[in-house]
Amino acid sequence: MGCPCVVLNTLRLIYTTTAVQKRNVAALGPEKYTEAFIKNQIEEFNLGKRHLANMMGEDPETFTQEDIDKAIVYLFPSGLFEKRARPVMKHPTEIFPKQRAIQWGEDHRPFHFLFYTGKQSFYSLMHEIYGKLLDIQKYQDHLRAQGLLAENRKQINLIGSRWLIKEELEDMLVEKLTDHDYSTCIQLLERLVTLPCCGIEEEYVLKFRKELAIQLKKMVIESLQYDEQGVAFSTGEGKRKTSQATAVVYDNGSGKITVNGVDYLCYFPVMQDREQLMFPFQFLDRLGIHDMVCTVSGGGRSSQAGAIRLASARALCSFITENEVEFLRQAGLLTPDPRIRERKKPGQEGARRKFTWKKR
Amino acid sequence: MAAARLLQAGVPRFRCLGSLGKAAPSTSQLSSRLFGTLLAPEANQQVDPTVIRRKLITEPLRHPDFFNVKELFSLKELFDARVHLGHKKGCRHRFMEPYIFGCRLDQDIIDLDQTMKHLQLALNFTAHVAYRKGIILFINRNRQFGHLVEVTARDCGEYAHTRYWQGGLLTNAHVQYGSGIRLPDLLIFISTLNNVFEPHVAIRDAAKMNIPTVGVVDTNCNPSIITYPVPGNDDSPLAVELYCKLFKMTITRAKNKRKQMEALYGLQNKADSS
Repeated sequence: MGCPCVVLNTLRLIYTTTAVQKRNVAALGPEKYTEAFIKNQIEEFNLGKRHLANMMGEDPETFTQEDIDKAIVYLFPSGLFEKRARPVMKHPTEIFPKQRAIQWGEDHRPFHFLFYTGKQSFYSLMHEIYGKLLDIQKYQDHLRAQGLLAENRKQINLIGSRWLIKEELEDMLVEKLTDHDYSTCIQLLERLVTLPCCGIEEEYVLKFRKELAIQLKKMVIESLQYDEQGVAFSTGEGKRKTSQATAVVYDNGSGKITVNGVDYLCYFPVMQDREQLMFPFQFLDRLGIHDMVCTVSGGGRSSQAGAIRLASARALCSFITENEVEFLRQAGLLTPDPRIRERKKPGQEGARRKFTWKKR
Repeated sequence: MAAARLLQAGVPRFRCLGSLGKAAPSTSQLSSRLFGTLLAPEANQQVDPTVIRRKLITEPLRHPDFFNVKELFSLKELFDARVHLGHKKGCRHRFMEPYIFGCRLDQDIIDLDQTMKHLQLALNFTAHVAYRKGIILFINRNRQFGHLVEVTARDCGEYAHTRYWQGGLLTNAHVQYGSGIRLPDLLIFISTLNNVFEPHVAIRDAAKMNIPTVGVVDTNCNPSIITYPVPGNDDSPLAVELYCKLFKMTITRAKNKRKQMEALYGLQNKADSS
């Protein structure tokens, strides 16, 4: 009799949760920032900038980002090694990653007509480019019908620029691309550029080109200088291993070479080093024409000789024609030797030499 | 009787679109295969918006051809656009045999009388869907006409998909796009085959998601799962341009009609009525 009542009481004491389904936080994706939120952040940033300027005693109107950075470093000194972990105050557009707003309106109809493809900005870009291609073809047909095609060819100049790389295109579209997508896009652009009258859409195509940095650091050939007697001379610098040399090459000379105030015969007793010094002049058949005064420091005898050789070749460039400079370059006289001493590694006797291998 | 049942089935579906419900529409067979009596539109003096909305929706259903799509095309136009030309006999699909008129020098000729009937049904259905502000998605995987289809869709104010079909677009939409997405209410296939001459995946996905489909089926296509097949040529540029023109005209016509009816019943439609 008592037992059922006890059972009922214990049953009533059991705790039940009302939570039905846990929200799957991971499935929602990265946090989305609404436009209102970003606008709020920008207002707060501007207010904070003015406060900071007042605090530092500066003019709020002319307070730049560098001043902000310096002020933050001063007010919040941080000993953290990771630069990205230190306190930072930047414009919200630099902090919050660029995101897509919600793609549909109140009636839930998507805004973009290619929304259901999944990659709307990329495919709309392809659509646009193809539309322009068709326009150019129509224009060409129009000209051809009138017989004016031959005169009105307008090509786009693509020299000195390159197509945007995949990462840059992804930034432009705010969308992830696959390699295949990117290559199809570039192929379509190439196809557009091959048309004879593509000049019509030049500015559109140039949006996808980026200027290349100066291609080759062109060697600057200094002009000849003249000293008190009116003798032409020129200076050059050279390095090899740990040696550094400067050479001054004079015209109207007799082939005399002075190294660190000493005659080259005394400074370089070995024939091999003297041959190295001679090489640039011998190559240009100007052995007995030039005088040279050089200073060299560091390294050993062979590397010093190599450094002087490079310095004298560079100095000689001022005396000779462009073609001969090219010959010098092809002979390897103008290339600094990049080889340096390789470090010794632990567990080995030298840089490459291993310890003696004992079978047992 | 059957009409009343259909109306009751039809209305709740569109009413719940406003709330953030799942995007799984129930089958709404608003076909004009039901020939109801022709009623003149009554001059509506009622102020109650729900009644006006119901009237807006049910009025077009009383007529077999409310939007008069029959006048948009004629047999001669179809013939001139070479819609009757099919593929060779060897490419013929078994289920297309009822729609084929005959075979001349090994090339199949599609029966244009049947095409006329099917095209009228299909256009009428698209018009009704557009009238109810449904989302229409044009699908075509033929590279020759992809641009044209996209331009047509953009001009109508509807949507297009002429690119590689990602597997979970319809069936896995909540994961791919996020919750709150509204799926298309009608798929129009300008060509039902994809680049490897197999039936497009979207036909099967639409059937799974209960989305009605309208499709131009050529003699090598399978018309079985498509709700409103239209037997016709899908390879000639003239034929495809004709289809695009027809769909664009019906959709714009239906949308204009909707605006007219709303003005007629004096209802300011801002919210999610269909």
